Amino acid sequence: MNRFLIPLGAFVLLAIVLAVGLKHSPEKGIIASPLIGKPAPVFTTTLLNDTSAKFDSAEFKGHWTLFNVWGTWCFACRDEHQALLDIAKRKEVRMVGLDWKDEDPTATQWLQDQGGNPFDVIATDHDGRIAVDWGVYGAPETFLVNPQGVIVHKYVGALTMEAWEREFLPRINAKS
Amino acid sequence: MLPELGHFALILAMLLAALQGFFGIAGPALGRDRWTAAVTPAVAGQFVMLATSVACLIASFVDNDFSVLYIAENSNSALPLFYRVTAMWGAHEGSLLLWVFLLGCWTVAVAIGVSRLPRRFAARVLGVLGVVSFGFLLFMLATSNPFLRLDPPAPDGRDLNPILQDPALAIHPPILYTGYVGFAVAFAFACAAMLEGRMDQMWARWTRPWTTAAWAFLSVGIALGSWWAYYELGWGGYWFWDPVENASFMPWLVGTALIHSLAVTDKRGLFKSWTLLLSILAFSLSLLGTFLVRSGVLVSVHSFAADPTKGIFILVFLCVMIGGALTLYAWRAPLLKSQAGFDLGARESFLLFNNILLVIAAATVLGGTLAPLISDSLNLGTLSVGTPYFNPTFMLSMLPLTALLSVGIHANWKRGRLSDSTRTILITLIIAVTTAVILVYGVYSNGKVLSPVAATLGVWIIISSLIDPIDRMRRKLSLPRSVVGMAVAHVGLGMFVLSVTTVESFTLERDVALGVGQQTTVGNYEFRFQGVKAIEGDNYNGVEGTVVVTRHGVPISVVYPQKRQYWVQRQVTTEASIEMHHGSNVFVALGDDLGAGKWSVRFQIRPLVNFLWLGAFIMALGGGISATDKRYRIAKEATAPVAAPGGVTAG
Amino acid sequence: MTRYFVTSILVCLLAASPVSYAVDTTQMPTPELQKRYLGLTHELRCMQCQNEAIADSPVSLAADLRRQVAEMLNAGKSDDDVRNYMVARYGNFILFRPPVSTKTIWVWATPGILLLIGAAVAVRITRQRAALVDQDNEPVEEDIRSS
Repeated sequence: MNRFLIPLGAFVLLAIVLAVGLKHSPEKGIIASPLIGKPAPVFTTTLLNDTSAKFDSAEFKGHWTLFNVWGTWCFACRDEHQALLDIAKRKEVRMVGLDWKDEDPTATQWLQDQGGNPFDVIATDHDGRIAVDWGVYGAPETFLVNPQGVIVHKYVGALTMEAWEREFLPRINAKS
Repeated sequence: MLPELGHFALILAMLLAALQGFFGIAGPALGRDRWTAAVTPAVAGQFVMLATSVACLIASFVDNDFSVLYIAENSNSALPLFYRVTAMWGAHEGSLLLWVFLLGCWTVAVAIGVSRLPRRFAARVLGVLGVVSFGFLLFMLATSNPFLRLDPPAPDGRDLNPILQDPALAIHPPILYTGYVGFAVAFAFACAAMLEGRMDQMWARWTRPWTTAAWAFLSVGIALGSWWAYYELGWGGYWFWDPVENASFMPWLVGTALIHSLAVTDKRGLFKSWTLLLSILAFSLSLLGTFLVRSGVLVSVHSFAADPTKGIFILVFLCVMIGGALTLYAWRAPLLKSQAGFDLGARESFLLFNNILLVIAAATVLGGTLAPLISDSLNLGTLSVGTPYFNPTFMLSMLPLTALLSVGIHANWKRGRLSDSTRTILITLIIAVTTAVILVYGVYSNGKVLSPVAATLGVWIIISSLIDPIDRMRRKLSLPRSVVGMAVAHVGLGMFVLSVTTVESFTLERDVALGVGQQTTVGNYEFRFQGVKAIEGDNYNGVEGTVVVTRHGVPISVVYPQKRQYWVQRQVTTEASIEMHHGSNVFVALGDDLGAGKWSVRFQIRPLVNFLWLGAFIMALGGGISATDKRYRIAKEATAPVAAPGGVTAG
Repeated sequence: MTRYFVTSILVCLLAASPVSYAVDTTQMPTPELQKRYLGLTHELRCMQCQNEAIADSPVSLAADLRRQVAEMLNAGKSDDDVRNYMVARYGNFILFRPPVSTKTIWVWATPGILLLIGAAVAVRITRQRAALVDQDNEPVEEDIRSS
C-alpha cells in the first residue's frame, strides 16, 4: 500500500469519530449514570411538612416508583411540573419527590404556586447528601425504580409526557 | 441601510472568492492565461468587499443599531466606545467575519509578495486561498449571518459579555486569528506545489517568511489569552488544557515543527514530502479548532454557542479541504525523493528529532482532547481528561526536546561536527546546572524532583542560543536577521521553560476568610485586610477591597482587588490585583462576602510568572525578525520548476 | 427536550460562568490532610460546570462534594476511597485524571506508543541518511551555521 495514503486514512477515521460525536451531541451534557442496574441508594429522611414521619428507601420495594429530584431554585423544574401532575393522574407509578436544598415552607409554597403536588410523598434533602448518593448533578433529574428496588432508568432535564411514554412506560410494561 | 450594505458586500465577497478560486486553479491547469490573470483583480475585489462588510458591521455597532440581531445580542448603549468596536468579534457570527476578513488581508499581502514568483504558481496559491475563503463565506451566509435583522428592533442590547470587556481579550481574537489564518498561506503554497507537480524545494523558501509570520502571530495570540486568563479569571491559573485552548495549541505545535522542517527543505532539499504534510496539517488543525469550538461537540468554558447544524457544515468543509489536500499529497508525494545525506550528529538529525517530538506532542494533545468523544463513540463509557493527564504526557515529549535543543544548536548542516563544540556544550551545561541549582535551592525552596532538571534545561537553552551570535560578533562575521531571529526566539523559549518551572514548583497559595483588620501570612509576605467599599463604573458596580501588603513587616504596597457586577448581563467578574515584587507576582483576589464584614480572599505568590508571557512574546519577536530576512525577498525567478513526469503543466 | 436541556445548561452557565469561582477556605485539622484535601478537590470535576474542579466551582453541588471529601478524609479514608466513592456515583467523568483500567488504558498508553514509533522512525531515517552522506557531494551553503 502506498504509505502516503496513511495521512488520508487517519483523517477519514478522525472524520468518522467527529461525525459520531456530532450525532451524539444533543445528549452531550448528559453523563450516563453508573447507577443504572444497581440497587437504589439506602437513605432515611424526613418528609416535607411532616418532620415526625420518615421516608425510608426500603419503601421502594413492591411497586414501580418515579423518583424526581427538584428544587424551587431550579427553572426547568417549573417547566416539568405540569407533566408531573399529568403523570400522577394516570396512577401508573408511585410518585416520590426529593426536595433538594430547599427550606420546607418555601418548597410547600412553590408547589402550590406551580399548580399542586404531584407526589405521593416528598422526601427532603436539606444538605444535599442524598442527591450526591444518587449521582445527581443538575435538577431536575428523574429516576425509575423497579419493584425490587433497582434503578432501571435515569432522565436528566425537565420531564415531558412524551419522554415518559417513550422511555419510562415501555420499561414498566416490559417487566410486568 | 448599513447592515444591508454589509450583507450585500458579503455576498459579493463570496462570489469573488469563488471566482478567485476557480480562476486560480483552473487557469494554470488548463493553460488559460486570461483566467490566470483574472485572479489578482478577484483578490482585490474580494478584499474591498470584505473590508466594506466589516466596516458596516462596526459602524452599526458604534451607532447602537439594535435592529440587527447580532448587535442586540452583543452590545448595549452603555458599553464604552472601544468595546462597541471590539464587540464586533465578540460572538460566533462576527468572529467568523473577522476570520474571513483577516484571510482577505493575508491574501492581499500574499498577492503582492508572490508577484515576482512564476505566474501560474502564484495564481494557484491565490486560488487555493480563494477556495478556503469561499467555504467560510458560504458557511457564514448559510448559517451564521451577522447582518440578520431583528423585527421589531430591541430597545437596547443584551450587552457584551463582561469578561470580554477587557483590553487584552479585545485584541486576543484578531491576533490569534491572524495566526490561524496565516497557516492557510503555508497550506496554499503546499497545495500549489502539489497541483503543479513541483519537485524542487523553491516553494519551501517562498513559504518560509509567511509561515514564520503566522506562527509569530499565533504565539502572541495564545500568550495574550493565557495572560488574560491569569489576571481576569481570578484563579491565578494561566493554562487549563481546556479544549478550546488545546485547539489553538495544536496548530502552534505543528506550526513550530513546520518552520523547522521548512528550514531543512529549503537548505538541503530534504524532508520535502514531510514538509508538505506538515503544511497541510498545520492548517487542518486550525480548521479542526474552528470545528471543535463552534459545533458543540465538546463543551468548554469558552466555546461558542453550540449548534450541530453548524457542526455538520464545518465538518463537510473540513473533509473537502483536508481530504482534498491529503489526496493530492498521496498522489504527488511519492515522487519527491532526495538523495541527500547527513550524519547522525548533523543539524538535520536534530531538526528531525524536533519534528518528531513536536508532532507527538500535538498528537498527544489531540488524543487527550478527543478522548471523551472517542470513548463515548466506541461505547467505552464516559471519560474525562484534564491537567493531571496533559501535564505529564506533554512533558514526556517536551523535556527531551528542550534538552536536544541546547546540543543540536551547535550542529552543522550535513556533517554535524559536534565534536568541535564539545567544550562549548559542556561549559554551557555546567553554567546552566549551577544557575538552576542556585535558583531552585538558594533563591526559592521546596521544589519538586523535576524542578532543577527543568530549570537547567530552561537556562541551558538561553545560554546556548546566545553562543553563535556572540561568536559571530566577536569574529566580525555577518549577523543576518535569520540568525538573530533564531537566537531571540530560542531565548524566549528558554525564558518560558524557566518560568513555567518556577511557577509550577514554587507557587504559594492560600485561601483565607478574613475580617476587617485581620492578617494572614503567605511565604515572606503578610496581608492585612482592611475591608471593602462600594464602587461604580461605566456599566457596572461592585466592591473594592483594600489589602495592605508587607514583607517581613516592611510595607510594600496597598492593593485594591475588585468584584464587579455588570448591569445588563448581571454577571460578576473578578478584577484581581497583581503586583510585581522581586520578580514574583503577588496576586490577591476577592472571594465571597461571608457576612459580618468577613470576606474570603485568595492570595498567591507566583515567582517569575511574567517571564512566561514575556518569553512567549520574545519567541514571537524572534520569529518576526527572522521572517524579514532579506534573502526571502525574491528577485524575479527565472528557473522553471521541475515538473513531475506526466503531471500537470509546468510553470 | 433539547429546549429544556439547554435551559438547564444556561442556568448552570449563568450561575457559574467561568468568571465566577469559589474561594475555598476549608481548613483541615492537619497540613497532611490539607494537602490531600486540596489535591482531591482539584482532581474532581464539577459536574455542573464542565472544566472546573470542585475546588474552584461556586455552585452548591461543588460545595456538597467538597464537604463529602473533607468528611471522608477526616474519617480516615484513603484518596482512592474518595475517588471510588465519586466514580461509583458519577462515573469516570468526574475525574480529571482518567483512571487506569481496561477501558481507559489506551488513553495513557498512547503517548508512550507514539514515542516508540517516533524513536523507530528516527533511527530508520538517520541510518538511511548517514549511509548516503559520503556519496552526497552537493555543496551546502557557506553559512553553515545559519538556519
